[in-house]
Amino acid sequence: MTRFQSAFSPDRAALVCFITAGDGDTAANLDALVAGGADVIELGMPFTDPMADGPAIQEANLRSLAKGTRTADVLAIATAFRARHPEVPLVLMGYANPMIRRGPEWFAAEAAKAGVDGVICVDIPPEEDPEIGPALRAAGLDLIRLATPTTDAARLPAVLDGSSGFLYYVSVAGITGKQQAAIDSIEGNVTRIKQHTDLPVAVGFGVRTPEQAEEIARVADGVVVGSALIDIVGEHGENAPEHLRELTASLAKAVHNARKA
Amino acid sequence: MTEQKPNSFRNQPDERGHFGQFGGRYVAETLMPLILDLEKHYTAAKADPSFKEEFEDLLEHYVGRPSPLYFAPRLTEELGGAQVWFKRDELNHTGAHKINNCIGQILLAIRMGKKKIIAETGAGQHGVATATVCARFGLPCTIFMGATDVKRQQPNVFRMKLLGAEVVPVTSGAATLKDAMNEALRHWVAHVHDTFYIIGTAAGPHPYPELVRDFQSVIGREAREQMLQRTGRLPDLLVAAIGGGSNAIGLFHPFLDDPAVKMLGVEAAGHGLDKQHAASLAGGFPGILHGNKTYLLQDEDGQIAEAHSISAGLDYPGIGPEHAWLKESGRVDYTAVTDTEALEGFKLLCRTEGIIPALEPSHAIAAVAKVAPTMPKDAIICANLCGRGDKDIFTVAEALGAEI
Repeated sequence: MTRFQSAFSPDRAALVCFITAGDGDTAANLDALVAGGADVIELGMPFTDPMADGPAIQEANLRSLAKGTRTADVLAIATAFRARHPEVPLVLMGYANPMIRRGPEWFAAEAAKAGVDGVICVDIPPEEDPEIGPALRAAGLDLIRLATPTTDAARLPAVLDGSSGFLYYVSVAGITGKQQAAIDSIEGNVTRIKQHTDLPVAVGFGVRTPEQAEEIARVADGVVVGSALIDIVGEHGENAPEHLRELTASLAKAVHNARKA
Repeated sequence: MTEQKPNSFRNQPDERGHFGQFGGRYVAETLMPLILDLEKHYTAAKADPSFKEEFEDLLEHYVGRPSPLYFAPRLTEELGGAQVWFKRDELNHTGAHKINNCIGQILLAIRMGKKKIIAETGAGQHGVATATVCARFGLPCTIFMGATDVKRQQPNVFRMKLLGAEVVPVTSGAATLKDAMNEALRHWVAHVHDTFYIIGTAAGPHPYPELVRDFQSVIGREAREQMLQRTGRLPDLLVAAIGGGSNAIGLFHPFLDDPAVKMLGVEAAGHGLDKQHAASLAGGFPGILHGNKTYLLQDEDGQIAEAHSISAGLDYPGIGPEHAWLKESGRVDYTAVTDTEALEGFKLLCRTEGIIPALEPSHAIAAVAKVAPTMPKDAIICANLCGRGDKDIFTVAEALGAEI
């Protein structure tokens, strides 16, 4: 059984937590997320031009790069995380250019060596899969694709073809950290997607509170929280871990118990 | 990559929007269906005679085309070599070539039933052109402009506002064109259902590089016809400045299959190629940004570098993908000139021909000044004068240490 399969169990939804590598004490922050009950970790690779992100994650990217975070540092953070947490699935999430700079094969091999399970690349749609997909698959990594409210029925099979690990449903047409979609729309879209795939479907964008997370956890396999955690890192800096752990614990409780209520 | 010697340089991109290894559609999934829809509508528009008719009617009666092809006698004499001719796209309505593309794109937006227009702008020429066509067609317009550029291009900011556009200053990054484009993309992704993004240069995700080139190719088609009519032959060399590269591809494309016509694209070398500059082909590497694969100024981790040019319109760390392909295929030569050289080109044209050029074509003029003296007197250079310099007089005054 893969780490993703263990994390997305049939009887309860999973909590997926995103933070940006190199922003704050990332190792301590990641440990706090795991201690709080995160089931899957998405580690953001900082990029100068995060076009799909709202202000919170933009600033996290810039804070990280201003501290001099390099690709090698991101991989080192992943490697150390894997050593400390052998069971927790780890996803690298970011933009294409840093992933292909030294060639996609180089990146895929290094990510696999670091113990990464899967990769989300925001600006590689299925149409451009040859850019990175074959290299990731050859290295045994899952390519986790995004589906959005604009992904219609005609297009969904193309998105699913070549996707593995899980599917990330972006609940709003917009950037990260902004408004949240209505639960009716989320439920309808998740149901539609699940008719076409056996992959777990995690829902993200705009999820900030345990109440929102619980609502989504009733209808989806996973709930992704990013900007709310990033805001804590931005606000509390080196003291972020205790606050991250607190929010993650309340989110995890809401997500894990949602279907019992 | 199985790269064959092409039979034609004019049949790119392929059906997936690739120019060789460049171009493509590297966008977030939210935008992908819209990009595909745009492609579908553009294909239909191209095949529709009424679209072409309306486009050409507006170019003639609203923009003022054809723009003149002008022989520059005193500049030619001063340089002492090849004859220098200018395609006078600075005489267009709004003072630059940008309007050609905006007319085409707003007609597409209307065909697609979009209700709102957004655009990014660097120097402000594309912003002004977009605000102009929005006023002409009565559509609300939002222009994203780097806060740094807002400061150095105040006259254009005021023009956009007069034309009814909302100008949004973008403060992220270096607050220039790249950041304005990021913010425009962020806005677009949240308003895909009713908003059309008029991209100002021959870059971005497919089909933008193709459609911007097609709309701008009016420059080269006219120049080719005018040159044949006036001199009975084709020029020996075409010269154009390149930021994203829309005026250059517009001039070059209709000549690409004329093997006798050489072409020179001029990037902005800023403070110098060993310092901060905006010459992506000279100093960059292939990468992915803003929806396309192309040459980018970047570090070894793929982080995008800040570009610099005295010309806000060239201040961008990338270049249109077709230029990346034309460089690799060897069809077009590319060079770069510094801020200082561009200022000399600016002054040269003012003094010899009574034309105040924009800082963007001043780069082309600087390249002409270098190359013309090395060519025989019966040789013909045709350079694109893609914008007028009124907007730049404050920047130039500051650079020359003059008080206005």
